[in-house]
Amino acid sequence: MKRFLLAACFALLPALSLADTIVVTLEKDNALAIVDGDTLTLAKTVKIGRRPRDIHFSPDFKQIYVAVSDDDTIQVLDGGTYKVVGTLPSGEDPETFAIDPEGRRMYVSNEDDNQVTVIDLQTGKVVKAIPVGVEPEGIATSPDGKWVISTSETTNMAHWIDTRTLEIAHNTLVDPRPRAAAFTPDSQQLWVTSEIGSTLTIIDTGSKEIVKKIHFQIPGVTQALVQPVGVIIDSRRRYGYVALGPANRVAVIDAQKLEVVDYLLTGKRVWHLAFSTDGKRLYTTNGASHDVTVIDTEALKPVKSVPVGHYPWGVAVRP
Amino acid sequence: MNLSKLLPFLWIPVLLALPLTAEAATVHIAFLGKQPEDLRPAAANLEPVHADIGLRGAELGIEDDNTTGRFTGQKFKLLGATLHHGEDPRRAFYFLLKEGYRHIIVNLPASDIQQMADMEGAEAVILYNAGAYDDRLRGRDCRANVLHTLPSHAMRADALGQYLKKKRWEDWFLVPGKRRQDRLFARAIRRTAKRFGVKLVAEKPWTHDFDARRTAQALVATFTQGVEYDILLVADEAGLFGDYFPYRTWLPRPVAGSQGLIATAWHPAHEQWGAVQLQNRFRERAGRWMKPRDYAAWLAVRAIGEAATRTQSVDFAKIREFLLSDRLALAGFKGRPLSFRRWNGQLRQPILLTGPRAVVAVAPLEGFLHPVDELDTLGYDERESLCHLTRKRP
Repeated sequence: MKRFLLAACFALLPALSLADTIVVTLEKDNALAIVDGDTLTLAKTVKIGRRPRDIHFSPDFKQIYVAVSDDDTIQVLDGGTYKVVGTLPSGEDPETFAIDPEGRRMYVSNEDDNQVTVIDLQTGKVVKAIPVGVEPEGIATSPDGKWVISTSETTNMAHWIDTRTLEIAHNTLVDPRPRAAAFTPDSQQLWVTSEIGSTLTIIDTGSKEIVKKIHFQIPGVTQALVQPVGVIIDSRRRYGYVALGPANRVAVIDAQKLEVVDYLLTGKRVWHLAFSTDGKRLYTTNGASHDVTVIDTEALKPVKSVPVGHYPWGVAVRP
Repeated sequence: MNLSKLLPFLWIPVLLALPLTAEAATVHIAFLGKQPEDLRPAAANLEPVHADIGLRGAELGIEDDNTTGRFTGQKFKLLGATLHHGEDPRRAFYFLLKEGYRHIIVNLPASDIQQMADMEGAEAVILYNAGAYDDRLRGRDCRANVLHTLPSHAMRADALGQYLKKKRWEDWFLVPGKRRQDRLFARAIRRTAKRFGVKLVAEKPWTHDFDARRTAQALVATFTQGVEYDILLVADEAGLFGDYFPYRTWLPRPVAGSQGLIATAWHPAHEQWGAVQLQNRFRERAGRWMKPRDYAAWLAVRAIGEAATRTQSVDFAKIREFLLSDRLALAGFKGRPLSFRRWNGQLRQPILLTGPRAVVAVAPLEGFLHPVDELDTLGYDERESLCHLTRKRP
């Protein structure tokens, strides 16, 4: 009997994203919500700076970086204790930022100044401020470390910044209000969401040509509510996911055929996305319903919603 | 004929026309405004009269367009002109035409816009109306060479109507002022009432002399006595008396229209959909809040910029074609893509319903449906319009 129980326990194990911790920024609570990846419940809430938005772990998970917009800085937290250990000179009103794969540099969108600030993470100093289009918002680094992408919301472009020269090498015109960008894990494609255009633009990294434009249309949902924001592509490049804002759904896209496979219901005003460490789950932040939706990426079904606090914005996952 | 007398008139336009044609990939935009009337507001003098309304919006738009232009190799240049009292706008317009300007933004009354649109040579330009709410400019007196980035009175009235209908405040008490714009807004409110099937239980024009300011305040209670209604709608577009109505009515009822809950294209309290960024950029540059006419001028410049970027051309015909096509999806910080109505040149746009410090709702409200575009539930729809610049292809 005992042996049987033990076997049953082991049989259950692979289904669990063991020991993952999900960290969510709460824009209106000035806090981080820490969610236990085993129980999928809120473990605790940690107070930090004002209006926390984008959040990323360092590649070694020893640090957490959080853009605290109303304090005009990026706070550096200890990845285990969540204590603030430092700040970075992000420029005014930092909203989104990206870190290169080696954890050497950080790239910050400065929406009000129309520039991208480059910070050396070893020295904590600004290396360069790169002028980009009006209202830079989305920012992404390519997994191969060659490119940084900045999308400007009013200029409607994806700017390709060469990481060696820190100069813009190319600009791709996309649909109105590009909000977010992400590379495929093989760095071969760049996916850019357009909030007002209701589209996803897929660009070939080599040629910088647009490969495909996907228009999101959901039966029964007013087109104006379909506002694509967060985008993420799984490690095997099987599926990509796009958060559709007030349409309260995440679009699932076949990342090979580049077609919409399904629309999954989430909480209200879904904006940002993160995978569990094993990729079996997707977490979404739902700003207007104050929760996180957990999506099973095998079954492509939402399985749980976890209340976390007021206006969850960004999400990051640590093993 | 004495040639020397004629010469000055000949060479000025020629000289000025040169830079416009010589430069490659530059879009030249002109802005024409007028010194505002110096009217004393009803209540407190909270804000000075600004002479640069509209112009500041256009300037910000040029800055935005040029930031984009850095990456596309296009330049945008603005010539701003503000007319003093007594100056004939047609004369200024004539010189703009002579100098080769083909995109001309105007913050002027409807009569001026109409006269300009009919002038010789004006058929080869686009006038962008960022100044007049008059419905007739979008209806009976519409012109193919005028686009309207400012909403119409009818759009504002319909936005209010949608909200009041949703709240089931369906007995309206209308109080229009004496001025022309008051009467036109009141007319739009009457149309909305009919459209939504609500009752105008009373209409009483406010005719009091503004010199008797103190008594005017006291009069509101008795003025509104004896009428049973849900909401009082005041049409006082210049802000001369409407601010006396909230809290002074005989019955405890809310006030909307030109004061109280207002329907407007833009407002400082609007922060959603990234609007706070535009508010900040404008305030940093102009040192004051963005006004609806600043927003309309900014939209006009941005629409031109967007057309130049998307068509990769500064050619007038190409820009014009793009602006009137369904490819235009202008981001206006109001959560929906904006485009021009092909039948009358009006820019479709959401309307903010707002109090002095907080936005209450944004029209079109949920539930007000339209077969093509919900934004067309605001103002004269294609079938109601007396203007048919382009007939829909079958």
